[in-house]
Amino acid sequence: MNSSTRTIALFTAMAAALVAVGVFQSWPLALAILNLCLISAIMSLGVNIQWGYAGLFNVGVMGFTALGGLAGVLISVPPVTEALQAGGFGIFIALVLISLTIAGAILIYKRLPAGKARNFSMIGVIVIGYFLTRYFFFPAVDAIEAVDSARTGYLGGLGLPIIFSWVVGGVFAAAVAWVVGKIALGLRSDYLAIATLGISEIIIAVLKNEDWMTRGVKNVSGLPRPVPYEIDLQQTLWFQDWASYLGMSPVDFSSVFVKLCYAGLFTVVLLILLWFSERALHSPWGRMMRAIRDNELSSAAMGKNIKGRHLQVFVLGSAVIGIAGAMLTTLDGQFTPASYQPLRFTFIVWVMVIVGGSGNNLGAILGGFLIWFVWVEAEPFGLWLMDVLSSGMAEDSDLRKHLLNSAAHMRLMTMGLILLLVLRFSPRGLIPEK
Amino acid sequence: MVDFLNAFALLSNFVIVPAMTYGSQLALGALGVTLVYGILRFSNFAHGDTMAFGTMVTIFATWGLQSAGVSIHPLPTALLALPVGIAATVALCLVIDRSVYKFYRKSRSVPVVFLIASVGVMFVLNGVVRFIIGPGDQRFADGERFIIKAKAFKKLTGLNEGIAFKTSQGLTIVTAIIVVAALFWFLNRTRSGKSMRAYSDNEDLARLSGINPERVVMITWTLAAVLATIAGVLYGLDKSFKPFTYFQLLLPIFASAIVGGLGNPLGAIAGGFVIAFSEVVVAYAYKKFLTYLVPEQWAPDSLVQLLSTDYKFAVSFVILVLVLLIRPTGIFKGKGA
Repeated sequence: MNSSTRTIALFTAMAAALVAVGVFQSWPLALAILNLCLISAIMSLGVNIQWGYAGLFNVGVMGFTALGGLAGVLISVPPVTEALQAGGFGIFIALVLISLTIAGAILIYKRLPAGKARNFSMIGVIVIGYFLTRYFFFPAVDAIEAVDSARTGYLGGLGLPIIFSWVVGGVFAAAVAWVVGKIALGLRSDYLAIATLGISEIIIAVLKNEDWMTRGVKNVSGLPRPVPYEIDLQQTLWFQDWASYLGMSPVDFSSVFVKLCYAGLFTVVLLILLWFSERALHSPWGRMMRAIRDNELSSAAMGKNIKGRHLQVFVLGSAVIGIAGAMLTTLDGQFTPASYQPLRFTFIVWVMVIVGGSGNNLGAILGGFLIWFVWVEAEPFGLWLMDVLSSGMAEDSDLRKHLLNSAAHMRLMTMGLILLLVLRFSPRGLIPEK
Repeated sequence: MVDFLNAFALLSNFVIVPAMTYGSQLALGALGVTLVYGILRFSNFAHGDTMAFGTMVTIFATWGLQSAGVSIHPLPTALLALPVGIAATVALCLVIDRSVYKFYRKSRSVPVVFLIASVGVMFVLNGVVRFIIGPGDQRFADGERFIIKAKAFKKLTGLNEGIAFKTSQGLTIVTAIIVVAALFWFLNRTRSGKSMRAYSDNEDLARLSGINPERVVMITWTLAAVLATIAGVLYGLDKSFKPFTYFQLLLPIFASAIVGGLGNPLGAIAGGFVIAFSEVVVAYAYKKFLTYLVPEQWAPDSLVQLLSTDYKFAVSFVILVLVLLIRPTGIFKGKGA
């Protein structure tokens, strides 16, 4: 079987699995899985750009995803005028002061000769900047959070269509990735891993605690949608006609229809990103990246700027992850900082890339589909398995209850085992790099 | 003078003692990471979950002992159960090494492949722990809670501020000192320890001098498992056991190991205390402390807290970044950069 028939066969099998869920479980469920599969595929495409093209190990996927989600809030929510009047100016001054402090410190570091004078003036600038910022920041925050805190208590956003946030989310993630890359690239590969692990935890902490920006753990729900609402559809005439034509109730059909709209949007984004990724991978730039990945020393000898290229590819990959994050928040219709868990958002994506085939864009997409599918379906399967295994026990036995309750944790084990087995026996993944 | 003593007691109670305890726990964790790094040359992402596993087994053994009525009051029963946890974790680490890492060692894979494999191990262990004991909080500390109670201290000294010294804190510090002393004795004085250091310095040369690499690796995993279990149990006694918290400990532990210099045991200890003290010092509210020290009219109104407690672990990250920028090999020269 040559590689392209293998690819087609694998994707067909994946489609068949999704259809099977539609037939045997329900269509809304199958479409819900499909939508998250599409987003997962974009995430794993982003990780593949970093790992597959350049061999960079990024364990901060969760943070970049959350930054995308933040963009969803900041773009789509209408501004809270009262809060803006109360503390918008103070926040603005504080942000300007922070930027000035950082810029000042960097300027001193670059301009002054190394020595005590430089160290002390840098510390001085940072300390003064810190206290000045605090002076403006905290009163503003208190003022903002006091504004109708049960419903708002934050600044809100720009009130633009949420679709724009997909781009902005990418930009946010890229900006943070640039800073992280500047610090951690060029050192050992382990350091990038640990630095990204740290920054992603910090991003989540900021999103959880800065209520003036994101409402923190109070969540922002009811984000505007890029697609019609079920309730509106159910009341329009043409829609009811369609539903009766297809023999479905308007309620069921509206749910399917909305999910299909999302699926359409996501597919368009995925295809665009895939097209760019493929172009990049097969361009001279892509060949250079792979050359650097396979042998840094000889590429450096050929005059390639290793750190610069790594930074470039790291920023690009993170931007793609940020886009996926914004799309995820769009699909959920809400932003819940507490829901970002590293196992769900970082390490799962890694399993996707490794299983799908690192270095191959189609492989990464297949991995995204497959692993998300397994992740969702592992729970009912685990439950079933536990039920069968413990069926010999008494109905009220404690062990049986414990096993049934713990079945949900089975999927972490499943993921780990899949990762270890693929890494060991088929390290190039399902669709290997050409 | 009394004010000064009061301020000092306050600081000891809320900063120095907790930071010493947390620092000891981090140092033990970082020692495990750094040993694995020195010999096997990869950052073990599964270390936090290895700690969780060891603690879990110890908790079960503790419950077993408790229900059998065994007790070493005033010390916590968990201390008696610790050997069981250690034995199980050593066995686990050796099995994992055989089944997972050995293959990549034989095929001389690059470090990042080990790193990914350790992520896989992390997943499996995480699942196993949650599967067996559940994701919730478990408290398993018993015995006398305090060595010195705040009230007793106040009575003794006549100060306004008391120092409460918990048993778990005293136990942590004492155990850490014993374990570290034993570890350094092992590394510097015994034949096996010397062969480990030789292997870590120069693998090829060590092989040429007849050191058996597989034996060195086995000893390393054994030590890492012992350290992980002890660190995990001490942390659990001091705070509480929750699988997710142990996973999150990875960041400060890695930060400690890197700040001290990856692969350098002495550095891991120093790094642990640097990280712990910075976290506690930055997140402490100094209002009361300053009120004792400065004249009354200067007393601060605000909390005088540099950073809210929620950002505690951001501190370890900032220190990590500073070290990476200024001195990538860590305070004590490790194998970094």
